[in-house]
Amino acid sequence: MTKYIDQGKKDTRSGYGAGMTELGRTNPNVVSLCADLIGSLKIDTFIEENPERFFQVGIAEANMMGIAAGLTIGGKIPFASTFANFATGRVYDQIRQSIAYSGKNVKICASHAGLTLGEDGATHQILEDIGLMKMLPGMTVINPCDFNQTKAATIAIADHDGPVYLRFGRPKVANFTPVDQKFEIGKALMLQEGTDVTILATGHLVWQALLAAENLENQGISTEVINIHTIKPLDDEAILASVKKTGCVVTAEEHNHLGGLGESVARVLATHHPAPQEFVAVQDSFGESGTPYQLMEKYGLNNKAIEAAVLRVLKRK
Amino acid sequence: MPNIQELQDLVTQVRRDILRMVHKVNSGHPGGSLGCTEFFVALYNEIMDLKSGFDMDGHGEDLFFLSNGHISPVFYSVLARRGYFPIDELNTFRLIDSRLQGHPTTHEGLPGIRVASGSLGQGMSVAIGAALAKKLNNDDHIVYSLHGDGELQEGQNWEAIMFAAGKKVDNLIATIDRNGQQIDGGTEDVMPLGDVAEKFKVFGWDVLEIENGNDLEQVIAGLNEAKSRTGKGKPVCVVMTTEMGNGVDFMMHTHAWHGKAPSDEQLEIALSQNPETLGDY
Repeated sequence: MTKYIDQGKKDTRSGYGAGMTELGRTNPNVVSLCADLIGSLKIDTFIEENPERFFQVGIAEANMMGIAAGLTIGGKIPFASTFANFATGRVYDQIRQSIAYSGKNVKICASHAGLTLGEDGATHQILEDIGLMKMLPGMTVINPCDFNQTKAATIAIADHDGPVYLRFGRPKVANFTPVDQKFEIGKALMLQEGTDVTILATGHLVWQALLAAENLENQGISTEVINIHTIKPLDDEAILASVKKTGCVVTAEEHNHLGGLGESVARVLATHHPAPQEFVAVQDSFGESGTPYQLMEKYGLNNKAIEAAVLRVLKRK
Repeated sequence: MPNIQELQDLVTQVRRDILRMVHKVNSGHPGGSLGCTEFFVALYNEIMDLKSGFDMDGHGEDLFFLSNGHISPVFYSVLARRGYFPIDELNTFRLIDSRLQGHPTTHEGLPGIRVASGSLGQGMSVAIGAALAKKLNNDDHIVYSLHGDGELQEGQNWEAIMFAAGKKVDNLIATIDRNGQQIDGGTEDVMPLGDVAEKFKVFGWDVLEIENGNDLEQVIAGLNEAKSRTGKGKPVCVVMTTEMGNGVDFMMHTHAWHGKAPSDEQLEIALSQNPETLGDY
């Protein structure tokens, strides 16, 4: 088994900021927008180095999405950024009509997604955003797992022609994927091969899946772990190849079990290769205040929950 | 530049197009379309600096965004007659497999359309974005937009109005079609807008008014005046008073024809009030 090493805890939003810094230096068409959350989105360096390519819109997310759509008319590549809740649910119709239906090359960059923003509580903890965004025709949905991958994804989406939803988070988490990796949209990453069970994880849950796999291996369960950083387009081929080998699957995500990665995987399996599946996800509820660690424990989104789900799904094989 | 009689003939012909389009499919929005016919004809044939042909980015030319997308009939007719696509294609309005969707969209690749609109209140933000892109590209052309007055009830407009003034988007001319009507009745009964010009002024815009937006010469003069006020640190707003259903007597002075097509008999009467000038499609 490949051993993944935590290179030191970092927040994925800082990966976004680092990616923006690089894009600012390398791609003159990239412009940045923010709705009064510069510090939280870690884009200070981009703004400092490219003040003419940054647009502060104030607390007005609907306007931000429309302006971003307009900026593409003239060849700009706008990165519109705010918290995930305000970047999706609050402005769904603006994204739907002015960006998705209009086919605009806007990158919607959403921090503080999921439960792990912590103490601010459920008003800010969106657990429905993947579902909202993946349902829009033509929208690409990406949820990278750590700092290095978020930086790589940020850089990669600038070269993709079309609307993208890039989702990342607030807390400092394990940073374990390679520095300066190449990010390929829609290409699932095999992290660990196994033959008894497949774990398909996205975002913060990928590291938790690796932790779970280590324990499972110690119990003699050969565990395959795949990082599904792109939820749409989903890498059907990689998923089917793995599940055909292992015969069962656990999906893991920091999102409602309705509308998330798990349902996308279930659609692929039901269509091509029905197999037992367990869902590690929030069970159709809102979140609440607490530390990220406490919340992941309470809502069943950690390595222990994944282990339990693996044991359940193995019994259903 | 066409002379005023040629433009007036075009206005009459566009009215016929609008009436025939909505009649054929028994749906669509004739009222606001007829009220804005002079505006569209003036804009596309006298006011805007346009390249021949169409590309999405529109570098080196003026741009126009229609925010109240339901008045697509007038938009389509004027675009077709300006040469963006074959006039015959007006025959396909709202039909299956058509590029002329009920509300304008880029999705079917219709030349002349740069964003989808129909869900109200979004066009000003998009126009601002396009105006900002022009500034970044050192392109000194102007971005025009049109908005229904009832549409100003959508809050996103006020985010955009605040932004455009606050960030000095002075290459933008936003026209408000002040026809005083919306689906459920008069705007002042449904949700009072009050003094629209004054509202824009206190938000920091340069505002001018066109008292009769159905007088072609007034529209041209007003838009030329608006053009002369761009580049001076403020976005420009034109509050243009129009009569919904203008040019068809029984469609005027009421909100009833906002989204209703005429019957066969009504079409005949309406067309007789607007005799063919440039040839029907």
